[in-house]
Amino acid sequence: MTVNVAQGLVAPTAYAAPNGEAGRRFRPAVWLAALFLLLVLAWAVVPSAFTSESPFDTDVEAAIQAPSLQHWFGTDASGRDIYTRVVFGARSSLLIGTGATALALVAAIAFGFAAGLGGRLTDGAISRFLEVVLALPGLLLALIFIAMLGPGVATEIVAVALGSAAGYAWMVRGQVIAVRNSAYVHAATALGHGRSRIIVRHVFPNAMRPLVVLATMGVGQSIVWASSLSFLGLGVAPPAPEWGAMLDAGRDFVSTAWWLELFPGLAIVGCTLAVTVLGRHLQRRIEGRLT
Amino acid sequence: MSTPVLRVEDLTVAFAPRREPVVGGVSFDVAPGECFAIVGESGSGKSVTARTLLGLAGDSADVAATTLELQGKSVLGNRDRDWRRIRGRQVGFVLQDALVSLDPLRTVGREISETLRLHRFGSRVRRCERVLELLATVGVPEPELRARQLPHELSGGQRQRALIASAIALDPPLLIADEPTTALDVTVQAQILELLAAMKDRGTGLILISHDLSVVSRLADRVAVMRHGRFVEQGPVTDVLTAPSHPYTRTLLDAVPATHRKGSRLSGVPAPPIDPVAVTHARDEVLLEADGLVKHFRGPDGVQRTAVADVSFTIGVGETLGIVGESGSGKTTTAQLVLALLAPDEGAVRLRGAPWSEATEAQRRPRRREISVIYQDPLGSFDPRWTVRRIVEDAVPVESYPGSAARRQRAATLLADVGLAEEHLDRRPLLLSGGQRQRVAIARALAPEPALIVCDEPVSALDVTIQAQVLDLLGDLQRRLGLSYLFISHDLGVIHHVADRVLVMRDGGIVESGTAAEIFTNPSDPYTRSLVASLPTPAPQPVLGGQS
Amino acid sequence: MTARRAFPRLGARVAGVIGVLWGAATLTFVIEQLMPTDPAQTILGGAGAKPTPEQLAAVREQYGFDRPVIVQYLHYLGGILRGDLGTSYIRKQPVSEIIGQQLGSTLTLTATALVAAWLIAVVVTLLTAHRSRALAAVGSGFETVLAALPQYWLGIVLLVLFAFTLHWLPVVGNGGPEGLVLPALTLALPLAGFLGQVTRDEFSSAMEQPFVVSARARGMSDFGVRWRHALRHAVLPGLTLSGWALGSLFSTAVIVEAVFVRPGLGRVLVDAVTSQDMPVVVGVTLFVATIYVVANLLVNVAFGRVDPRLRSVAR
Repeated sequence: MTVNVAQGLVAPTAYAAPNGEAGRRFRPAVWLAALFLLLVLAWAVVPSAFTSESPFDTDVEAAIQAPSLQHWFGTDASGRDIYTRVVFGARSSLLIGTGATALALVAAIAFGFAAGLGGRLTDGAISRFLEVVLALPGLLLALIFIAMLGPGVATEIVAVALGSAAGYAWMVRGQVIAVRNSAYVHAATALGHGRSRIIVRHVFPNAMRPLVVLATMGVGQSIVWASSLSFLGLGVAPPAPEWGAMLDAGRDFVSTAWWLELFPGLAIVGCTLAVTVLGRHLQRRIEGRLT
Repeated sequence: MSTPVLRVEDLTVAFAPRREPVVGGVSFDVAPGECFAIVGESGSGKSVTARTLLGLAGDSADVAATTLELQGKSVLGNRDRDWRRIRGRQVGFVLQDALVSLDPLRTVGREISETLRLHRFGSRVRRCERVLELLATVGVPEPELRARQLPHELSGGQRQRALIASAIALDPPLLIADEPTTALDVTVQAQILELLAAMKDRGTGLILISHDLSVVSRLADRVAVMRHGRFVEQGPVTDVLTAPSHPYTRTLLDAVPATHRKGSRLSGVPAPPIDPVAVTHARDEVLLEADGLVKHFRGPDGVQRTAVADVSFTIGVGETLGIVGESGSGKTTTAQLVLALLAPDEGAVRLRGAPWSEATEAQRRPRRREISVIYQDPLGSFDPRWTVRRIVEDAVPVESYPGSAARRQRAATLLADVGLAEEHLDRRPLLLSGGQRQRVAIARALAPEPALIVCDEPVSALDVTIQAQVLDLLGDLQRRLGLSYLFISHDLGVIHHVADRVLVMRDGGIVESGTAAEIFTNPSDPYTRSLVASLPTPAPQPVLGGQS
Repeated sequence: MTARRAFPRLGARVAGVIGVLWGAATLTFVIEQLMPTDPAQTILGGAGAKPTPEQLAAVREQYGFDRPVIVQYLHYLGGILRGDLGTSYIRKQPVSEIIGQQLGSTLTLTATALVAAWLIAVVVTLLTAHRSRALAAVGSGFETVLAALPQYWLGIVLLVLFAFTLHWLPVVGNGGPEGLVLPALTLALPLAGFLGQVTRDEFSSAMEQPFVVSARARGMSDFGVRWRHALRHAVLPGLTLSGWALGSLFSTAVIVEAVFVRPGLGRVLVDAVTSQDMPVVVGVTLFVATIYVVANLLVNVAFGRVDPRLRSVAR
């Protein structure tokens, strides 16, 4: 939308106060989010540092017990300690979440840049292909993929990546095109810089910027999808500890044993929230430096 | 003597966290049928003053005054409920750029009738009639059709008229116009000013806010010059503009390029000494030649438009060719053709006799350093992540300055040449002012040691005093380095000041060309004549500072 | 813009939609062909059964698996144009019949959720956008939390809260409206969070525009400006996302139906995935894709009229 440049002379409306670069207020939410994610990361990397038990230890006599000092999060139908299972479950969730997002982004960057930088034919072909893939909702694509190859961790990663890659690719393409048509790229051309130099120094860094935010929030979304698939019985096979599978297993007892659903659910929600908060904070910082 | 429509005494407006008041101790009256103008640059507080007169300064504004009376009734201490009865009925408000000052999603008729509806004017049918009456009064042709259209479907001038119609719908005794003509082409500006003058004649009191002295001289009876929230000078228009008493007013008047011929200085900055021996250029040598350029575009609705139709010109070494035209005249497209950022559909551009537009990009690349460009909005032409230093270093040619130390040094020299202090070098352009950013752009344009700089509206977005400094800088650089300029602007006054020869463009074609003197004193083409005539110039000032 | 010029563009758009659908159909066909398991095996009872080679050959002939790929492809496309999406390997029913049976339930759920999501988003925006910083932070935070909640967890929480604890709503729907409330809310709330964020940003941006000052200068109240001017601008980007929202809702309905044990396309789909009943999987996916693409088209056409800025965006 073109804005008349002389509008710079319009007086500021007396509403919102601008932050400018001085908007670095202490935001407790961001610190909490970062700490939580660090904790989950630690759970994934060194789970035995946080719990002495094994997630597979069953103890039928202690089945379905409410949270207590012995079992912080209670026990499930087979008497396994839920806290331990939540801690051990962090690994597969993070693995799938980050793995799927990384894979999706790699594909998205490849397709997006090819389309954005390529000529009409390349762009046209890739765009049509992306439109078709985008017509199929992401979760369904993931489901189809799993239907093809059966459940499993690697399959889940690829499936979730497949579901989100097309959306990312579309955004990358849009960004690349926007940067390619920007005044500073034109100015660089006018200076006599070569095409590859412009791509490396201008197009790539500027087009990738918003991706950082997307990737951060994408991890949260991937974790949710992965656990959704497990919840539907299509993910990691039991008795492996996986948050979504735990929620599925606890469904039947939810009227009496609320702890079976609450804690794994909180883990997922916590991750997603933390990742979203961080992502938006990143977005604010990036935009604050550019506008 | 009738009661003044507005009486303001010692008005002060401050915003909560800041200690300095944005408006301090302002006093003036407006009588019916008179136009009072407030002139100032951005940040002077003139718009805040205008909004305070409507109670729209904002919730965090602290408004205090000895007197603030509208038609004899005090409005100090009014709450929003009281103000709502006054706004629209006793005071009308016209902003600039109707494209964003009218709701783009509502029809023009709806916007105008909103004033009527809010103040419970008659029945629905009566309101529709009134809207049509108003559109006719402000001079919008085919009112029934226009009332049903969205703002972007009208031309710029018609939109602004419609905006004025919505402000005068209830015939308020006072009309405040905040930069009402700034977004418009020069010819349309003149028409809007006539419309406002007609309202003045009908007895409406008018407050005109503007940064443009020439607009003010055409419409206002009395004027106040505002700076840092205070009136530095106030009085009848002819007095203030011909014999100003305050130095700031004099600076403003000096800075207006329209009345100063090329070579005179606009700003107070003294000219740097020029070493006459170092400057040798053959003025008759042709640097750039454009021959029969034609460029078509296909619009989003599929219709083909001719942006540039058979344009030919030459630019000599060390000379400035000015292209003047209104929006849509094709001047920017011409600039892009000269820069070879666009390829012409027909015709060719030659640089120093060798093919330019017809060469391949690989052939052009090593020669690109001979032509640089400066844009209207320099910020968009900088990579958003880079600092000032990096932006200029990037433009220094590697062949002439091998090694990063040499380039660094060169960049620092360039930035000093354009008058940027050391402290700005490692900042991002975002944090600089408009004038400083344009200096960075000029430094970058100088870095490859070009022969020609294409200047596409380089000063249009700047305050007039800053504009003066930048124009002086460009003039100094031209004299010292023997640069040629292709200077594009919609502002005739600027072109008059900077150009040696002038091209007048309209609808993609050249309607007239000649030396600056010929065009401005003796235009032959009727379009050029209307442009020159509609340029509101302040009364000639024989006794002003300008050294030549 | 005259009607004469509008029609060719509409035609081009419809052609584009058909193109995308054809592409989707081809893609799903390719996926079907890439299945590692033998469809004949699946038809005859899945992995557990041990059919004889003669039985397998008979099935292959009956279903046409032994014909060349191109022929199968054309047969498949032809079937789609007639509305025949093939026959389920497991249920031995035409897929279109299966979809028809379950469609109503899912459609009701999705439509209700979309409406509810919009209502919530608009109300929260009107109440909290562009006001004091504290209020805006509350509204924004609320929306962020909502948008981040995974559907199934939210569904379970709502179930526990409203059905098991408070007994306000039934645990398992019996087809009546009360059974719709919780599932629809579960679908609606995260979408409301997302829509709310988009709407709020646009609302704040609209409130900063000069036309708001013009409106206030005519005597309009702050609430009037929000309701009559800013809101219309605010909902535009969300509305253009409605096509996407509908598709997204359909796919998350899969999960919600599982949580609330509701009959619908979701259940059908999950069962089909587990048993590798490809015609059903592909059929349902294509169906959802069609709805998504057609909805997008309708939205673009309708709002190209309302928002002049959209018209110049070629898509």
